[in-house]
This record gives sequence, structure tokens and C-alpha cells, in this order.
Amino acid sequence: MPTLELHSISKTFTTSAGPVPVLDRLSMQVAAGEFVAVIGPSGSGKTTLFNIIAGLERPDAGAVRIDGVDVTGRRGQVAYMPQRDALLPWLSVIENAVLATVVQGGDVAAARREARALLADFGLQGWGDARPALLSGGMRQRAAFLRTVLWHRPIMLLDEPFGALDALTRAQLQQWLLALWDRLDRTVLLVTHDIDEAIILADRIYVLTPRPARIALELRVELPRPRSYTLVTDPAFARLKRQLQQVLMNGERG
Amino acid sequence: MSEEVSAPIPATPSVGHTRLSWRTGLAEYGPPALLVIGLLLVWEGLVWYWEVPAWLLPAPSQIVTTFVTSLPVLAEHTTATLTVTIPGFALALAAGFGLGVALDASPLLRRAIYPLLVTSQTVPIVAIAPLLVVGFGFGLLPKVLVVALITFFPIVVNTIDGLQGADRDQRRLLEAMGANYWQLLRLLRLRAALPAIFTGIKVAITYSVIGAVLAEWIGASAGLGVYIARSLRAFRTDQVFVAALVTSLLTIALFTLVSLLERWIVFWKGER
Ligand SMILES: Nc1ncnc2c1ncn2[C@@H]1O[C@H](COP(=O)(O)OP(=O)(O)O)[C@@H](O)[C@H]1O
Ligand SMILES: [Mg+2]
Repeated sequence: MPTLELHSISKTFTTSAGPVPVLDRLSMQVAAGEFVAVIGPSGSGKTTLFNIIAGLERPDAGAVRIDGVDVTGRRGQVAYMPQRDALLPWLSVIENAVLATVVQGGDVAAARREARALLADFGLQGWGDARPALLSGGMRQRAAFLRTVLWHRPIMLLDEPFGALDALTRAQLQQWLLALWDRLDRTVLLVTHDIDEAIILADRIYVLTPRPARIALELRVELPRPRSYTLVTDPAFARLKRQLQQVLMNGERG
Repeated sequence: MSEEVSAPIPATPSVGHTRLSWRTGLAEYGPPALLVIGLLLVWEGLVWYWEVPAWLLPAPSQIVTTFVTSLPVLAEHTTATLTVTIPGFALALAAGFGLGVALDASPLLRRAIYPLLVTSQTVPIVAIAPLLVVGFGFGLLPKVLVVALITFFPIVVNTIDGLQGADRDQRRLLEAMGANYWQLLRLLRLRAALPAIFTGIKVAITYSVIGAVLAEWIGASAGLGVYIARSLRAFRTDQVFVAALVTSLLTIALFTLVSLLERWIVFWKGER
């Protein structure tokens, strides 16, 4: 049984310019411990999909299930890293990182200790008491990611976590996430528009069509782990990349 | 994990707030200071040259003399004015902030009350003030109410704007964590509203002393407003100027105090 299951999700926004259909009977499954990437053109509805899983939006039809339980529209069930880091500027890195524990009324002191212990792993050693304004773009993303990990949910949603970074920083963070990933033991759903990123990180990839989003392709990435960034020169990598590019260009099953 | 060098941060990094060295201070305040000094000299010269009578326009030197000789009297009246200003402003702050939070929470209340609030600001306070004195007598209360009425509006409006202006992504993040209304308010929206609230407070504090003086003018036994009214009746124009000067200085002092408080409370502003 999949840990996270999206069953035939549809969503249409009503705007002053008329209805905007965004998601069209979208179904996905993510198994426990699996890393799944979702690729789609900009504006195809990826963030909307995440908002629905996080309970921030209600779908017009369909259901979100976690471990078989219907959690549609329920909040706080998954850890969510939004597209922009959304760090609170008046809180230190540590206080930002333990925010979910504060909201959910957990043991904040224990969470702070855990956050401090993880700082080094997140490349934030010595920055725990600094406010976000002092951090570089890459460090902000890692702080936001630390906050997501300390949310203590088995399922994590990452919405284009590296989207706003320059190419070099992005590659470094992908490598870093790859190394960290094996130790974290979480289920991940990652939104990206970067094909390389999807192939390097994911066990499986869903490609979405342009709006309204349906699934254009589902692809298993049969590359051995542990992976590293040198993978990009592998012929198997090139094959997968070509296949994904074709589908994304045509917007449909090629 | 080979990105930026993760050096420990220096004790207290000073970003944001500009610290004034005497050089930048001179560059900023030098020109207006020179202009004011020049104008005062011209004023002094013209009064002397044309032998303008003191009840019409006293010379700056005479105003300074009057200021120094009437310091004890001025101190008394200034204290009286402050005992109207501070409670009036405090009342406006408490009521304005409270109403702002309430109007933010209830769209229905907002639709019902907001237009009334705006309309209330179009009624001249000079018309209301005598009514308040009639209604509440010559005690402290009507004067405090006049100050509160004048300073209340910018605080309400900026509180509402600030609360509603909280960053959408940050808000959604907290909602995704399962935050309820009160948690959103406490952890995010009140903090995010602080810069706007301080903008309201700065506007309000600027009006507050003038409001107190106006209220005292209408009916009081002490205060700068009373001092001005008496001086006018006695054709002591120099004292009127002195009172105006003190009112300005008082306003500037309170404004500066609020600005310092703002730097301390909204410490993250301008850091980004
Ligand atoms: N609250 C909303 N109201 C109206 N339209 C929306 C709303 N949220 C998103 N949309 C529209 O839905 C589409 C998909 O948005 P989004 O999910 O953010 O796409 P993506 O994350 O894939 O770039 C866009 O065209 C966007 O304008
Ligand atoms: Mg998006």
C-alpha cells in the first residue's frame, strides 16, 4: 500500500477572467521511503497540487490518502517546503527550524537541541543564532530544508527547493541532498522543472502536461544508489533525459 | 556540503540601521541648519531696520530672551500639556490597536465600522472639542479624549493594513503546519504588522501635542494652549512664538523617542 496516494484530483480556479482548470483527474502514488519527482512546465499546477496535499486548498474532486486514511483538506499531515523559503526574518535559524514544533505544541527544547545537532550536516555550523538576512541564498534554502526535516513528518513535499539559486549553488545543493538523503529515511515528493535534478535525485518521475495538468509520463529511474553528480555523463542518464525532454516538448506522450 | 565557507558569525553583526558619523551628520543636517540660521539673521535684521513693534513680530533674539526668562512658567505649562498628551495618546494606541485587530478579524465588522471611521475623520475636531468640554466638564477627560480622537485613526488604519499585509508564503507555511487563528496572529501577523503600526504611531505622535494644545485652548487652566491664549490676549506675541517653539520641540522629542523604540522593537527591519 502506498504511503501517499492522490486519487483522481481535479481543481479549477474561478477568476474574474473565467474558470481556470488547473488539475485534471490527477492520480499518483508514492511508496514509503520513495523519492518521487514531479516535472511540469511553469504554471502547470505543481504548486497547486502541493497545496492540496498540504491541506491548504481543497480539490473540487478526488482524495488525498496517507497510509490509506483520507486526509483531504487536513493540514499538518505532511512537511512542506514552499517554493520561496518563507523564513521569518525576526527569528534566528534555530527558531525558524523549530517552528513546526512550536505550532504543534511539541517539546520545543528538544527540537532546539536536535536543530543544533543538525546544523553541521546542513552546512549551517555557527549560524544557528543568526537571522536569515545574514544568510546566502543557498544557506537560506538549507535552513528552510532543516525546518522541513524538523517538522517530523514521514512525508516531505519540496516545491522547487533549488529553483531560485544559481546553477553552481544548485548543483552543490543537489549533491548535498543526495548525500543527506540516505540517512534521512523519509518519503519525498519533489517538484522541479529541472530534468537533471529529477533524474539525479528521484527513484521515479511523473511528467505533467501543461495546464490543466494530467500525467504525461511516469518513469522509473533505474540508476544505482548511492548516486553522485558524475552521473550526468552516464549513457543511461542521457537516455532518460532525452525521453523526458521529448515528452516535455510535446506536452503529451511522445 | 562544499558551498560557502561556514565561518562562525561575529558577535553582533551590524547590518541595516545606518549609524551616523559626524561627517554624514554634517552632510545631512548642515545645509538645513545653515538655511535656518540665515533666515533668522534676515528676520532679526528686518525687524531692527523697520523697527517692527514687538506685538506684531518680535525679533528672534527677543524670542530667545523670553524663552529663557519664562522657562519656569513654560515648564509648568509643558508638564500640564504632557499630562494631556501622554494619556490621550496611550488611549488612542490601546483603542486603535484593539479595534484594528478586531476589524481585521471580522470582515463584517470591518465593512460596518470602517466607513464610519473614515467619516469621523472628516468632522473638524474644533467642532467636537467644545461639545466634549460641555459633556465632560473642564477636567482632564475631555482634553485626553480630544488627543485620542485626533491620534486614533492612523493607528487603526495602519494596524489593519499591517495585519493584512503579512507575507502570503509565510502565512501559508504556518497554516500548513496547522496553525490556528491565534497562533497565526501571535507567531506571524502581529510581528509582520509592527512596521506598519509604527508608521501609524509616528503619524499619531506628530498630531498628539498639537491636539493637546488645541484642547487646552478650548478649555483648561494650565498647559501650552492656555499659555498661548493668555499671551495673545496680552499682545505678548513673543510668548506665542515661544509656545510654538516648545510645541515643536516636544513633538520632535516624542517622535525621536518613538523612532528609537521602533529600531529596538522592529530590529529586523532593513536587515534584508
Ligand atoms: N488562488 C488562485 N486563484 C486563481 N488562479 C490560481 C490560483 N493559484 C494558482 N492559480 C493558477 O493556476 C495555475 C497553476 O499555478 P501553480 O500551481 O502555481 O503552477 P506551477 O507551480 O506549476 O508553476 C497558474 O496559471 C496560476 O495562475
Ligand atoms: Mg510553483
